[in-house]
Amino acid sequence: MSEPTAVAEGTEQLPFNDAVPGAVLGTWAEETDKAYLVAPDKLIPLLTHLRDELGYDYLSNLTCVDYLTYQGKKRKGVQERFEVVYHLYSTRKGGGHIALHVRVPENETVPSAVGVYPGANLQEREVYDLYGIRFEGHPNLRRILLWEGFHGHPMRKDWKEAYYEQDTKPFKSRHPRGGYQFHEDKLPWGKNTTYPPGWDPDTWQEPVAYVPVSMAPHPVVQDPEEEERRPHVHTESIVINLGPHHPSTHGVFRMLTRVEGETILALEPEMGYLHRNHEKIGERNTWLMNMPFTDRLDYLNSMSNNWAYALAVEKLAGIQVPERAEYIRVIMAELTRILNHMWSIGFLLNDLGALQTPALYAIEEREMILDLFEEVSGSRMMCNYFRFGGVVRDLTPGWLERARYLAQERLPRALDELDRLISENEIVKARCRGVGYLSAEDLIALSVSGPMIRAAGVAYDIRKAEPYGIYDRFEFDIPTLPNSDVYDRYYIRLLEAREAVRILQQALRDIPGGEVHGPPAYASATLEEGFGTILGGKGGYTLRPPEGEIYSRIEAPKGELGFYLVSDGKPNPYRYHVRAPSYINLNALGPMCVGYKVADAIVVLGAIDIVLGEVDR
Amino acid sequence: MFGTGLLKGLGVTIKHLIQTYTDDMQEVPSRYRGSQEVNGRRIIRQPIDQEGLLTIQYPEEKRLLPERFRFIPMLIWDTEKGEDRCTACGICAKVCPPQCIWIVRDTDEKGKPVTRPAEFYIDAVVCMSCSFCAEFCPFDAIKMNHDYELAVYDRYPQLVYDMEELTVPLEYYAALWPTQYAQEEERRRREEAEKAAKEQAKAAGPKAQRSPQGREALKQKAAERAKQRQQAQTGGEDPEARKARLEELKRKAAERARQRKEQGGE
Repeated sequence: MSEPTAVAEGTEQLPFNDAVPGAVLGTWAEETDKAYLVAPDKLIPLLTHLRDELGYDYLSNLTCVDYLTYQGKKRKGVQERFEVVYHLYSTRKGGGHIALHVRVPENETVPSAVGVYPGANLQEREVYDLYGIRFEGHPNLRRILLWEGFHGHPMRKDWKEAYYEQDTKPFKSRHPRGGYQFHEDKLPWGKNTTYPPGWDPDTWQEPVAYVPVSMAPHPVVQDPEEEERRPHVHTESIVINLGPHHPSTHGVFRMLTRVEGETILALEPEMGYLHRNHEKIGERNTWLMNMPFTDRLDYLNSMSNNWAYALAVEKLAGIQVPERAEYIRVIMAELTRILNHMWSIGFLLNDLGALQTPALYAIEEREMILDLFEEVSGSRMMCNYFRFGGVVRDLTPGWLERARYLAQERLPRALDELDRLISENEIVKARCRGVGYLSAEDLIALSVSGPMIRAAGVAYDIRKAEPYGIYDRFEFDIPTLPNSDVYDRYYIRLLEAREAVRILQQALRDIPGGEVHGPPAYASATLEEGFGTILGGKGGYTLRPPEGEIYSRIEAPKGELGFYLVSDGKPNPYRYHVRAPSYINLNALGPMCVGYKVADAIVVLGAIDIVLGEVDR
Repeated sequence: MFGTGLLKGLGVTIKHLIQTYTDDMQEVPSRYRGSQEVNGRRIIRQPIDQEGLLTIQYPEEKRLLPERFRFIPMLIWDTEKGEDRCTACGICAKVCPPQCIWIVRDTDEKGKPVTRPAEFYIDAVVCMSCSFCAEFCPFDAIKMNHDYELAVYDRYPQLVYDMEELTVPLEYYAALWPTQYAQEEERRRREEAEKAAKEQAKAAGPKAQRSPQGREALKQKAAERAKQRQQAQTGGEDPEARKARLEELKRKAAERARQRKEQGGE
């Protein structure tokens, strides 16, 4: 155990110390995104104070950084290896965040924030899984993305994967002597793999990972009257696995449920089937290389993912975006929002048992949007269209006219048709009204974001609360609905898609001509510009943001999509964390399903609107 | 009234049904309007004002791909010059996010590296079609191919493309990417014109006619300037004195370090 690092004197000047004495020890990363260093034992009182007194009711992001190989200058002399990071927002006041860092030496624990913010549940489990940091007081601290028995914690900087080649890209072997090796030539038990001491493949058995689902009663207490009437009927609650679902539904996802008859007593999400350690890959990559990887997170909305990442890096490196590119970004993001909402409505109907017809009607217009995407970016789904300081290429001739036709004619008509097809339908109402209710307070406490909280009457939208890009120039409303059930979650998406059409019409009307790239170096190649501009002294692909960190978020169609980036001034991000809305919205799945029938659980899941590429990362 | 919502919804589906079938009954279904026929296959592109969604009978019919469509990279063979445009600079291999490109640089008889690849591989299984290689190539030597029908029985070695499989003639590229090709050619012509103008200016200028004596004089001038620069840097002191001063400084620093260490030890 190492000595805790001494911090600067004069802690009286720091905020919150009058309310919670000795909580804040110092500040960190002042230039880019100021964070407060918090004493581990004072964390919970401080969080409680922030939530209750200052209105920071929303724990947006909780993650960890392993500073083992940090090469920046600002952290010299700090002993603790890990820092757990918290980002808090206020849904009532809007505005920016408070960032908290808790320094943790190896093999020590942090108090769990689940008691204050229940939404920390999945995020703390993820940190435990990937970093091995234990959260004291967490009700269910076990691995979430990886399986029990996985050796090591892969996000630690000293953990090496199989086929490990080098810490950072570009790998030296590729040029000029071309030393690529085929994976077929490498045996998995070569020198790339480490084993726990005493591990023997012949005798090893996977540890039993079965955990009884929450604190469900087992067996169910019998009603004495019922017992008397039908003495031979004894019911017990049983655990069943719903899933893993077929990949074409929402993705490979499993719900561990305890049911009594048809009624769900408890439910827990089980995930990780599509886990590929996106964040570790992101730390190997250079800053630019991550751009196409963000496409693969939420593969329906690659344009929004691109934007969230580009925005974070632009904030960190202080890159300006030209006017026309800002408009193009808004247009792309709103088109993405429409197609995502239509998709999610269609597949919610699929989950209800209305197989295919409504889904195919709903994604009809999506094809036209994807055609537009393909034309400007070259790919329908993996767009890879944004760059730091702009977008990669200008729109093609005639693109705007087609987009205008789509926004003025086709999309409003398609949304109206969808409305006529579904909204009044008695079966949809019977299945969706009053199902999956959770109060607005609970949803916020569970860190749920996006259409889910707006369907509970909370008018919280990052485009209004903390505008990014040029959203402050457009006139649009935040639709809300009061009931917080599956029907409202369906209908809010329709309303939001209509608002997106409104923004789209304004953006397409106002878009100026001109450049789509920022000042040279960062924006990558353009077709018109030559060699000098592209490389700009190697600037194109070896961007080095200044040392510091940033947390930046956008209102993605599924909720709040955030990127937490740490730079130590090198060409590769030191830490690359994705705050995935689908993943964190799953916090609410269990509480929403309890008390409803098994068939309702499928619908509730459908109404959360998850994509497993983003959940599992 | 109960059931009106259902009926309304059914109305929408019936409308769709009727529209689809009446369209198919026509002599030329609307999806073939404006389509092209290439080698007996129809290439279809849905115009934005065409209602509904077209069914394309793949593989008999295909979609019209936009120019910017990207799939697997290809290497450009400059047919005019009769050589590969690639100079084995390795930028594509460096920007490639999944690191699926690897290049062996060629050498001449003496073993000196030359600007020409001896081998060039792309592992199409790993390639994520991001087109960074094409964006960052300074010589327009690597571009994105539109050919997406690449199915083979084994992934290795069929899907690891070598130089021969990747290389396409310039005309093929010009046909696939007409707008971009035109822009690049335009730029190339402009650059060549500038270069030619510069050379002309050089040839006509006084520099070329400089006599051997003039060159000697210039050299002397340069040497003097260098000396002056050096003096400005060293503050005019002579090299020996400067060396001694530096030694002294170094010694002092070592002394201070030793003192600090001793203090720290106590």
